[in-house]
Amino acid sequence: MSEHDDAEQLQAPDEPAEARWKETLSALFANRLAAAGVVVLALLILSALLADVVAPYAFTDDDLTRRLEPPSAAHWFGTDELGRDVFSRVLFGARVSLQVGAVAVGISLVLGTLIGLISGYRGGWTDIVLMRAMDVLFSFPVVLLAIAIVAVLSPSLTNTMIAIGVVFTPIFARVVRGSVLSVREEVFVRASRSLGASDWRIISRHVLPNVAAPVIVQTSLSLAFAILTEAALSYLGIGVQPPRPAWGLMLLDAQGFIATGEWWMSIFPGLAIFITVASLNLVGDGLRDALDPKQRSIIQSRGVT
Amino acid sequence: MTAPLLEVEGLTVHFSVGRGRDKQTVRAVDGVDLTLGGGETLGLVGESGCGKTTTGLAILRLVEPTAGRITFDGTDVRGLSARDLRRWRRRAAMIFQDPYASLDPRLAVGESIGEALDIHDLHQGKQARRARIGELLERCGLHPRVASRYPHEFSGGQRQRIGIARALACEPDFIVCDEPIAALDVSIQAQVMNLLGELQSDLGLAYLFIAHDLAAVQHICDRIAVMYLGRVVEEAERLGLYRSAQHPYTRALLSAIPIPDPVRERQRERIRLVGDVPSPIDPPTGCRFRTRCPEVFDACERIDPALQEVAGPDHTAACLLHGEVGTEVEG
Repeated sequence: MSEHDDAEQLQAPDEPAEARWKETLSALFANRLAAAGVVVLALLILSALLADVVAPYAFTDDDLTRRLEPPSAAHWFGTDELGRDVFSRVLFGARVSLQVGAVAVGISLVLGTLIGLISGYRGGWTDIVLMRAMDVLFSFPVVLLAIAIVAVLSPSLTNTMIAIGVVFTPIFARVVRGSVLSVREEVFVRASRSLGASDWRIISRHVLPNVAAPVIVQTSLSLAFAILTEAALSYLGIGVQPPRPAWGLMLLDAQGFIATGEWWMSIFPGLAIFITVASLNLVGDGLRDALDPKQRSIIQSRGVT
Repeated sequence: MTAPLLEVEGLTVHFSVGRGRDKQTVRAVDGVDLTLGGGETLGLVGESGCGKTTTGLAILRLVEPTAGRITFDGTDVRGLSARDLRRWRRRAAMIFQDPYASLDPRLAVGESIGEALDIHDLHQGKQARRARIGELLERCGLHPRVASRYPHEFSGGQRQRIGIARALACEPDFIVCDEPIAALDVSIQAQVMNLLGELQSDLGLAYLFIAHDLAAVQHICDRIAVMYLGRVVEEAERLGLYRSAQHPYTRALLSAIPIPDPVRERQRERIRLVGDVPSPIDPPTGCRFRTRCPEVFDACERIDPALQEVAGPDHTAACLLHGEVGTEVEG
């Protein structure tokens, strides 16, 4: 008896609570643009991984007898000034772009989250020093700072990734710090401390999961921007070095041939950049809505899940 | 008489606000003495901003006290190292005012409760852990199967029950209840109060029960301390306080309790306090209550009243009407 006959007694649930990530995914796919973005990205990743199998030619296969040929059945995207197959090079270029994007954003995600966590959680002087350092990094134009870093380290694929990773760190640090500042003051954090939780437990169990949503969104948007930055650096000749095919580098090579009518050399790598960045942005926007519980209820109430 | 479970002496919590030249000190808690025996309930009552919640937090060192001594079952709580403090927290828990904010929205409620077990390495092992969480939920009037649900699926009263289950997880001796029913619907308040009462008699818990009006604590408390602007102004055994309140502030609080009898309710004489609570940055000299006291006289400005015995033993009040006991204000 006693409290068991309360009107408040909750009815025992028959089905287990649905996992949150499942809810998030279904909300994400309810957004058609985001779903399209996910599909395109999946195709891109697949073709980058399987470039060796899918590509009709190796990216270094030159054939000077078939220079600057327009698109045809043998060369879907035409050939470049050395007779290399543009389609194959775009496929291999996807590998470089996605790799640079993933590794560079990975670096900035880890560094930025760490700095943001320490800054926001510790506060005081630690916060002031770390955030002012981030402000300094942030005040440089992204490409300019990346150029400076690559110039110091010498241009290569690895250094491009490091440069972009460093340049993007402040973005993550700020996003994380801002969220940590609000989560830190939550009553449930105090409740956890009152049970005897250590700082480490509070950060890993309560703070990190509660700042994850904005970080996930920032990651997908930063991927797009990192790929653009890589293309810009390669276009300027200080990113990925030939003969490795990168979209930015292909644009650089194609530049001299736009006026003479060899449009396929620039259009296809350009389109590849556009499609990749656009789908990443669509997924990012979709995630932003899907991870926001209020938006999610709106999506679900439309009955589109 | 055995030594009390908790003894607080001269507890002081000051916060700094502003920077540089604008730096000011907020005297949130300014020398509070409290004593609580095992299995007893001490009510701590006062208006918003009087420092009662800060007192509760400072006793558990969730806010660092500026000065004072806290002795818990022979342990000097302020002297504990960070590590020992975490271990000590097994014995002293807290129930929070806002049940909507006190549970992590991203953790299933069973996990929120299980966290306490994990921290102190209790009931480990999948089976034992789940059994203990279920037992705690059931103890607080919820079905064990709700452990896998998330906080947003529960009502305020249910969440508060989960908060209570979490506080009980490590079998504490002492719980700070920070207005645990203030955020709940009136119909739910009595249920939660009954639950707290049952738990106390079954488990021998000691409560520091914080509330903002005397009506809320009149049934559960053994003793009641009334706080005003960072100080305890009156402390007495429950009936003593309700029957013969000695401090004008306590009388004002008592007169605000509605009487559930229309005839007597109409005759109820309310003491209306005028003005706002003064700022704890710059409290009035002498008696802190003098700016709003209906019975103020000239000595109130000169002397800062200390607690003195009034109306029998075990009943203290800090008011000069009962004799000019206190410290002279300088200058």
